[in-house]
Amino acid sequence: MYIIEMRNITKEFPGIIANDDITLQLKKGEIHALLGENGAGKSTLMSVLFGLYKQEAGEIFKDGEPVAIAGPNDANRLGIGMVHQHFKLVHNFTVLENIVLGVETTRSGVLQMAEAREQVLALSAKYGFDIDIDKEVGQISVGMQQRVEILKMLYRQNEILIFDEPTAVLTPQEIDALMQTMRNMAAEGKSILFITHKLDEIKLVADRCSVLRKGKMIGTVDVASTSKEEMSEMMVGRKVILSLDKKEATPGKVIMEVRNLTRRGNEKKSGKAKFNNVSFDVRAGEILCIAGIEGNGQTDLVYALTGLSNIDSGTITMNGQDITKAKIRKRTETGIAHIPEDRHKHGLVLDYTLAYNTILQTYYTPEFQSGGFLKMNVIAEYARELIERFDIRSGQGEVTPTRSMSGGNQQKVILSREISRDPQLLIAVQPTRGLDVGAIEYIHSQLLAQRDNGKAVLLVSLELEEVMNVSDRILVMYEGEIVADVNPKEVTFAELGLYMSGAKRMDDIAYDKTETEVSA
Amino acid sequence: MNRDGFMSFMSSLVVLAIGLLVGFLIMLISNPSAAWEAFRTILTFGFSEMRSIGNVLQGATPIIMTGLSVAFAFKTGLFNIGATGQFAAGGITAILIGLNFQGTPDGVRILFALVAATVVGALWGAIPGILKAFRNVHEVISCIMTNYISMFFVVFLIERYAFFPIENRSASLPPNSNLPTFGLENIFRSEFIRGSGIYRSSQINIGIFIAIIAAILVYVILEKTTFGYELKACGFNKDAAKYAGISQNRNIISSMMISGALAGLGGAMLYMSGTVHMGVGNSLLPYGFTGISVAFLGLSNPIGIIFSGTLISHLFLGGARVQVLGFPLEVVEIVISVIIYFCAFVSLVKMFLGKRIVTWFKERSAPPEETAPAEEPPALEEPTAPEEPITDEEPTQNGGDQA
Repeated sequence: MYIIEMRNITKEFPGIIANDDITLQLKKGEIHALLGENGAGKSTLMSVLFGLYKQEAGEIFKDGEPVAIAGPNDANRLGIGMVHQHFKLVHNFTVLENIVLGVETTRSGVLQMAEAREQVLALSAKYGFDIDIDKEVGQISVGMQQRVEILKMLYRQNEILIFDEPTAVLTPQEIDALMQTMRNMAAEGKSILFITHKLDEIKLVADRCSVLRKGKMIGTVDVASTSKEEMSEMMVGRKVILSLDKKEATPGKVIMEVRNLTRRGNEKKSGKAKFNNVSFDVRAGEILCIAGIEGNGQTDLVYALTGLSNIDSGTITMNGQDITKAKIRKRTETGIAHIPEDRHKHGLVLDYTLAYNTILQTYYTPEFQSGGFLKMNVIAEYARELIERFDIRSGQGEVTPTRSMSGGNQQKVILSREISRDPQLLIAVQPTRGLDVGAIEYIHSQLLAQRDNGKAVLLVSLELEEVMNVSDRILVMYEGEIVADVNPKEVTFAELGLYMSGAKRMDDIAYDKTETEVSA
Repeated sequence: MNRDGFMSFMSSLVVLAIGLLVGFLIMLISNPSAAWEAFRTILTFGFSEMRSIGNVLQGATPIIMTGLSVAFAFKTGLFNIGATGQFAAGGITAILIGLNFQGTPDGVRILFALVAATVVGALWGAIPGILKAFRNVHEVISCIMTNYISMFFVVFLIERYAFFPIENRSASLPPNSNLPTFGLENIFRSEFIRGSGIYRSSQINIGIFIAIIAAILVYVILEKTTFGYELKACGFNKDAAKYAGISQNRNIISSMMISGALAGLGGAMLYMSGTVHMGVGNSLLPYGFTGISVAFLGLSNPIGIIFSGTLISHLFLGGARVQVLGFPLEVVEIVISVIIYFCAFVSLVKMFLGKRIVTWFKERSAPPEETAPAEEPPALEEPTAPEEPITDEEPTQNGGDQA
């Protein structure tokens, strides 16, 4: 008997079968991992279970009884709860208010919070959540917010808990704590579905693992008796090299020099600086990585470097040329390429074709226009060349609307555009976010190729795995300041985690001593 | 024909059909016995004879221009609700030039009037553009205000310099200041009484050709030039445009100026047709707003707008004719308005149709096993098929507890 059984689920979207005859069985009290690349259909399957989508075929059974789930309210009634990848919290409500929201106890229309408070405090204590339930959610850390989401499910007495990529936003220490919480909940008899594409985490907590690939169920395996390599092969459909083949870096001259960059925050809000007194050099032939937990100033720093936003003080020099006040296009022309953090916001005009997106930074050059008219044939030819060279998959070649392409291939369009301009410095922000293993592998190898060609690479990443594997030098940002400058070969995950969470900080960061002397 | 174009066309027809149906219901309520006849008239009168066709084309000219104006701004992410003010500004410019400068050759004066009206429209359109670019004033707000400024200023100019007090309207232009017809009225004419040999001409002039040329120009600018590339990039995604180093301010102002120029030229052509005059009442001209419907129905495609403008002109003419059957003018206007109102839903219908047509095609291309047992349904293994679009994002719907 399974607590939840999804039998022969098929869900179609125009042009694609997202779930093709998938059967998933969840035992009571187990942690069941759902592994698959992006676009494999994991989220769709969970959305069917949570009532957000209606399947075309197949049935869902709870405790052996067929059930119809028409919406999240039905799911809740059946004891199914979900922690979404992006939390669904009201930021100006307190933790407690968020938890009771939707299931408030009232007496003649007046909220009765006392009882709820006791229950929530009890739950929080039981799982060792060290959480102040009267704080506003906007004021607490992302890790704490996730605990609020978990408490929400527990408060609703959900028995089946779905976690959608829960570790993406956490520090290593927080991940450990979450894993422990999941184990505790499973021991209590809760059943957990754990969506992820991180094999380590599956190894750590899951009992069984179901692997999806291209909408099909590849199989369910026992985690203890299956190796990581076997699981990743099931996921990707071929053998994957899990560690990167990387030569020793040979850093050359300084390409970009950043000194004392500061941007003050909004006075009306916290007034805290977005980044403060940031200085570093990026050298030719090295991958410099800025690590840190999301929201510690990395985004604003990159905006400042690329010209998307202003700074209050400091200087930016590119190949000896002061570009502190230069416009975006000027900076681009000095050899900065930028793979932006948000590819849909900054990186692509989604309503343009693939070809049009490949010329977004160069459309005005004589190569692609003459007398104000776009050279359509040249543009198409150029796009086909990039498609070929970077193996960009799309439905209709260079005329494919970019919107219809998969995330990985959209990212390849940006990558191809930026790299093929032969830049001096490639600024890549979260270049592999949301991509599958194959695409990540490809992007990493391209970053390394840039480096090996003597270009400078500035990588901003939240993924520790990536930070450790790809970079030659790591700067850690915490609350807008650089708190560590370390060598990935000499630092451990745990130590990085301490820097990232602000628990530890280097007093003496070398940039303004030895390195400026070298560059001067 | 590409599928998108086909779908656009189909969805325009669908909204039109729905609009007509509701219009028919209104006529049925108003006057059941004559409703069918009235409905038939609306549909057919426009092409019942050559003279009507000429009048349809003439009526289409100004609304094609305002349609282009709205669509051009729309393509670049702006909503030019000020087309009516720019239209009026262009119109009064043409009237004032047409009434004066009698010393110059007709051709020069007419050309001057058209060009000046275009420039005035552009300048009038630039005001909301500048306000948006430098002071971040929403263009809809400033357009509404410039509309009223334009309206009152135009009334002032008419009363002072171009007044025809008997009919309380602008003075008629001398015929030599009107747009030439190049003999078109002899093609688009009909016999007064069949066999009588007495013809009644339509009001057509070369304006319709200028409108078509304008549409083609707009198409070329938007689709073939770096300028259009920048404008559309700003319209589709202003953040990505900024990322690419495109100056947003310059594009907003240019876009509003071109939009205004198109409306201004439309105004000139209307009042240089010799049949329509500017009133001095305190009401905004309807052409700018009809232009919004024309642009919507044509899905903002410049070539589509030629057809949607003609179609709406056709409905107007048929609607006006329905008064002959004893329908009050108000009912006719309601019916036409309802039809136009439904045109606004064209994008919605296109989205809906899109899903339907995809399923329909799939059923067609992958028939059940019995009919084509040898063939595997092709949908599954297509390597280039876009990956499932949904899982890259959050599910679009959320539980009840969304932040």
